[in-house]
Amino acid sequence: MSLLELDDVHISYGNVQAVKGVSVAVEQGEIVTLLGANGAGKTTTLRAVSGLLRPRAGHIRLAGQEIQAAAAHRIVELGVAHVPEGRRVFATLTVEENLNLGAYRYRQDATRVREGRERAYRLFPRLAERRGQLAGTLSGGEQQMLAIARGLMADPKVLLLDEPSLGLAPKLVQEIFRTIGEINREGVTILLVEQNARIALRVAHRAYVLETGRIVLAGPSRELRQDPRIQQAYLGMGRKPAAGRRPAQAGQGSAAVVSS
Amino acid sequence: MNGWRCRRGGPARRRGFRAEGMALFIEQLVNGLTVGAVYALVALGYTMVYGVMRLINFAHGDLFMLGSYFGFTLLVATFVGSALPLWAALPVTVLASATGVAILGVLVERAAYRPLRRSNRLTAVVSAMGVSIFLQNAAMLVWGPRYRAYPPWAVPDVRWEIGAVHIGFMQVLILMVSILLMAGLYLFVQRTTVGAAIRATAIDHDTARLMGINVDQIIRLIFVIGPGLGAVAGVLLGLYYRQIHFTVGWSYGLKAFTAAILGGIGNIPGAMVGGLLLGILEMLGGGYISAAWKDVFVFLILILLLIFRPTGLLGERVAEKV
Repeated sequence: MSLLELDDVHISYGNVQAVKGVSVAVEQGEIVTLLGANGAGKTTTLRAVSGLLRPRAGHIRLAGQEIQAAAAHRIVELGVAHVPEGRRVFATLTVEENLNLGAYRYRQDATRVREGRERAYRLFPRLAERRGQLAGTLSGGEQQMLAIARGLMADPKVLLLDEPSLGLAPKLVQEIFRTIGEINREGVTILLVEQNARIALRVAHRAYVLETGRIVLAGPSRELRQDPRIQQAYLGMGRKPAAGRRPAQAGQGSAAVVSS
Repeated sequence: MNGWRCRRGGPARRRGFRAEGMALFIEQLVNGLTVGAVYALVALGYTMVYGVMRLINFAHGDLFMLGSYFGFTLLVATFVGSALPLWAALPVTVLASATGVAILGVLVERAAYRPLRRSNRLTAVVSAMGVSIFLQNAAMLVWGPRYRAYPPWAVPDVRWEIGAVHIGFMQVLILMVSILLMAGLYLFVQRTTVGAAIRATAIDHDTARLMGINVDQIIRLIFVIGPGLGAVAGVLLGLYYRQIHFTVGWSYGLKAFTAAILGGIGNIPGAMVGGLLLGILEMLGGGYISAAWKDVFVFLILILLLIFRPTGLLGERVAEKV
């Protein structure tokens, strides 16, 4: 039994079908990534897992238990934490208040909240320096660290990460993905949504590729990295030898993300 | 209490006109702070609901009015007024009224606002106005269309004179109670995790949900606190002015709404500052220009604010980085 399982999930916004029968399985201890261009349905899928959207059809199971109809706050209690796209830190709250809210489900247990904060500060020492600062005054990278740390505060079985590389400088992206690997080695299962396929395939064990609401390709990251279709569409390697002359060029997706 | 009468007439009179003017000014200031504290308590209900739901709860003034009537009935028609000594009757009245109105507040949210949570904002505002009319008419049917008067025995007739300045017991009571409540609310919202959850919900419902916060529960809590505070204000105002009417929710509600805008709607300290400031402006305008025009001053402020500074004095001060 997979820890997290999406079984033929359909999601619509009004009359628009955004996700058309997606099935994904995430095993205990894995990092699985959902790749795809803008509008492929990656974020929509994650929002359905965390209960912000209700699928029109299909099942989502956490350790065998169906959660597709549960309220979002219940799903957090069941062990899923979702770090949303664009970080969404609470700008007018301090770093520490943001972290405490991540631990809202066991707010009564002061020791556990404190231990959670210590873990967060160990993973992201820069947050410790800024604990009293308003989250809105942090840099983009620090906000992303805070968003991830806040998600971890819930002590989740599964961590959903939506575009952690969005809008960050390459060096920061490296740093954040190093920490994501570390979090995974501590035993947290991760479902990662990314447009930056290059780095996502480096950290993930397995990957699914979404195109216009459907999964078109799936497999171990190592294999997908070698797949010509992936190389061409997502890793920016053309079929022609010219590819060699554009070494640092990421895929079509990530070319667009260094904005905001 | 005689200790408060440090000087009687004499020295102040000798200091003549200027001193008397000073005394008048201070008295008007105290009057202003007193009604201002009531506005602030009511304004908190508007501002908290707006902060979390982006809804102007036009029924809030009427919940405040019902607080006045609940207090009236408890004092006049039940054992609370007849069997209990005054020092016990007043707190019991205030607490019971606040509880009753808080329950009503939760019911109003459940029945009139929650079904519209996902529809557009104008729909919810119209629903709020409907609730307002409903509550006013219900109060009129229950308590009658005429003015009702709080019993005179409910307020100890104690006045203090400090120099030429007269201060009444109710003024001191209103200021003390409202300052205590506001300080308590401020600490709750700023220092506790549930308070942080309220602030987080005000910023972003979806992300609050992702923290495991039950947003419906937070909204319910807001509809306990706001109407509860409004009811306390309603009882205090009934004791202060003695007369209550089923339309006071509209007039005082609109003034408290102005106070909330003045302080910056959605901002809790703003509602406190806005209430006190508006009370003072109203009383000084009424005292020095014309008492008949004091409502005009208040609503002139409202109009000017909405045109020139809709974010109020303390609204939206922290820039958000995207």
